[in-house]
Amino acid sequence: MLDSSIERAARATPPVVAKRIQGLSDRAIAWLFVAPSIFLLLAVNIFPLIWTIRLSFTNFRVNRPNAEVGFVGLKNYINILTDADIWQTMQATAHFLIWTIVLQVLIGFTLAYLINKKFRGNDMWTTIIVLPMMLSPAVVGNFWTFLYQPQIGLFNYAVGFLTGTDPSAFSMIGDVSLAPWAIVIVDTWMWTPFVMLICLAGLRSIPGSIYEAAECDRASKWRQFWTITIPMVLPFLMLAILFRGIENFKMFDLVVQLTGGGPGSTTELTSINLKREAFEKWRTGYASAYAVILFVTVFGLASIYVKALNKVKQR
Amino acid sequence: MTHCYFKSVLGAGVATALLTLGATTSAQAEDLTLCWASWDPANALVALSKDFEAKSGHKMSFEFVPWPNFADRMLNELNSGGKLCDLMIGDSQWIGGAAENGQYVKLNDFFDKEGIKMSDFIPATVTGYAEWPKGTPNYWALPAFGDVVGWSYRKDWFSRPELQTEFKTKYGRDLTVPRTLAELKDIAGFFQDREIDGNKVYGAAIYTERGSEGITMGAMDVLYSYGFEYQNPAKPYELEGYVNSDKSVKGLEFYKELYNCCAPPGSSDAYMSENIDAYKSGQVALQMNFAFTWPGINADPKVGGDKSGYFANPAGPGGAQFAQLGGQGISVVAASDKQDAALEYIKWFAQPDIQAKWWQLGGYSALRAVVEDPGFAKSQPYAQTFLDSMAIVKDFWAEPSYASLLQASQKRFHNYVVAGQGTAKEALDGLVADWTEIFDDEGKY
Repeated sequence: MLDSSIERAARATPPVVAKRIQGLSDRAIAWLFVAPSIFLLLAVNIFPLIWTIRLSFTNFRVNRPNAEVGFVGLKNYINILTDADIWQTMQATAHFLIWTIVLQVLIGFTLAYLINKKFRGNDMWTTIIVLPMMLSPAVVGNFWTFLYQPQIGLFNYAVGFLTGTDPSAFSMIGDVSLAPWAIVIVDTWMWTPFVMLICLAGLRSIPGSIYEAAECDRASKWRQFWTITIPMVLPFLMLAILFRGIENFKMFDLVVQLTGGGPGSTTELTSINLKREAFEKWRTGYASAYAVILFVTVFGLASIYVKALNKVKQR
Repeated sequence: MTHCYFKSVLGAGVATALLTLGATTSAQAEDLTLCWASWDPANALVALSKDFEAKSGHKMSFEFVPWPNFADRMLNELNSGGKLCDLMIGDSQWIGGAAENGQYVKLNDFFDKEGIKMSDFIPATVTGYAEWPKGTPNYWALPAFGDVVGWSYRKDWFSRPELQTEFKTKYGRDLTVPRTLAELKDIAGFFQDREIDGNKVYGAAIYTERGSEGITMGAMDVLYSYGFEYQNPAKPYELEGYVNSDKSVKGLEFYKELYNCCAPPGSSDAYMSENIDAYKSGQVALQMNFAFTWPGINADPKVGGDKSGYFANPAGPGGAQFAQLGGQGISVVAASDKQDAALEYIKWFAQPDIQAKWWQLGGYSALRAVVEDPGFAKSQPYAQTFLDSMAIVKDFWAEPSYASLLQASQKRFHNYVVAGQGTAKEALDGLVADWTEIFDDEGKY
């Protein structure tokens, strides 16, 4: 069947083309096939990256096409790294990143552990739990603003009901101390199912025979959990942390919809700050330097993390 | 002879055909796209533009973007030299950048040729929407939509005898339209957390939005009347002592007090639509908002008609009374390939009868013939307030760097007023530092 397909293709190839290809080595033909992909990669990824790096050393502003573009050396980088406001956004991003990952891993793993047990309605519950991650972040951000609304919001009502406080006495997204937690709660609600699914895949990949052997050795459930379950799920967990870490480092849409970076600049994450510099203040050169710094940070951290992940896998 | 005659007729025929073809080409029906914000007046403009389509043969398309994303979307379009928009009703602050970067077509020659005089329009709208540099006869837009921040209030609540009595007992004056900002705060405080018809209501919905321009528009509305100045009138771009004067500090403190005492819970990021919602749902007694909201309020079955009244921004402690200018001019986009047809639209739009119809449909005309008509002030319940407000307007910077200037004020104001960080003096000192740095980058010093 395969042979006949190849023969048919060979017969269909015009003689002129066939003659040309005949002269090509396997390597050349391989290059011919991957060339379009490489070209696209260069055009949409590598070239913009190089261009961004180039712009980062200039005072270019995209809204001033007639203005002279000057080389400013490292000025943009120095200004960014010495700007207290930018360090504040970094702090806000770190708070968001750390707490969302901690909560999502804890809750996600717990849910996966529970879902992994065989019980009636298991599939239905899995489907219900993964629903939030199927929604658009902008939609989630938008409807959580209603849930957080002090007068009509379900969240405030629930907190009021449980604690006996007046629901309109506090504003999750209008209060400096609560707003950073408001965005952590929403992101955790939305993305915990993702971590759960990855953990579930890890748990289901552990052969039952290992637990049976442990039972024979009279290992307690607690010991089985720490010496079998956790080490074998760890690579999956680390992968989930990597995905969520990268995603949340560049978090934008959900937080913009929820708080717009406020109150004040309390929830202004780096990506929101970068967008303001690039597309509201139109400081293109400065924003390019900012983007390069963020790229190097994420790339560097991710590289270190991937090496650690590989080591864990090899154990 | 016959041969010559035939040749002449043939030549004339060919010439006529060519001329006709040429004429047809130059008067070719175009598909024009007008870009504006997505709001009630835009719908009125769609209805109004049907007349232009019928008269000109051109087809009008519209690209409307919600306010919070309007500047992002449209400035991207202008900066990238995009051809989406042939006509742009852009924000007044864009004029400087659009003029200096060649994004709008200069309209002086066109106005001269068509007999369109800027003196026929409300002076504040010409300065605010059309001129760059300000105060010079260089026009980049035709004033299209006059707008200004003012107040609407629950006239029906104000007129309740029990509330009037209680208010008079407490404050020693009648519960009526406030003449000063201090009176406005008293009224807002009076209504805060009050129960009316079984519902808890609040004092005043004010602008607090962080992302685009909201809190700046709201705070400036108060700061102007307290004595805030953008710069030394005698020495442009000298900010110290003007932006952060004692009067300005008092004004910003007042705005924070108003937010703390009298805004509905959860209004930490409120702008036009949030305030409309708060007002129309019967949550607040007073609403700060642009005049464009008034026709919608007037027509609203729940709060419209006699239930609502309107007043211009009250005076500050020294008696000065100003209001934040809104509104836009209509410009021809320089990147458009259909500039002739776009200019035809502006010519049509500038006609007095079209401007009168514009007002009837809910658009705030800036043509003096319309607003100075003896019947105008009585034509709508809010018409007189619109006139009063337009007479006291001030506008934010319209410099090419306006976006950076605006972002700085958004951040400083929101940090102080909503987040409660630092003092008003620190916020305004910080603003002076930010703005000075921006102007320094611009080579203004």
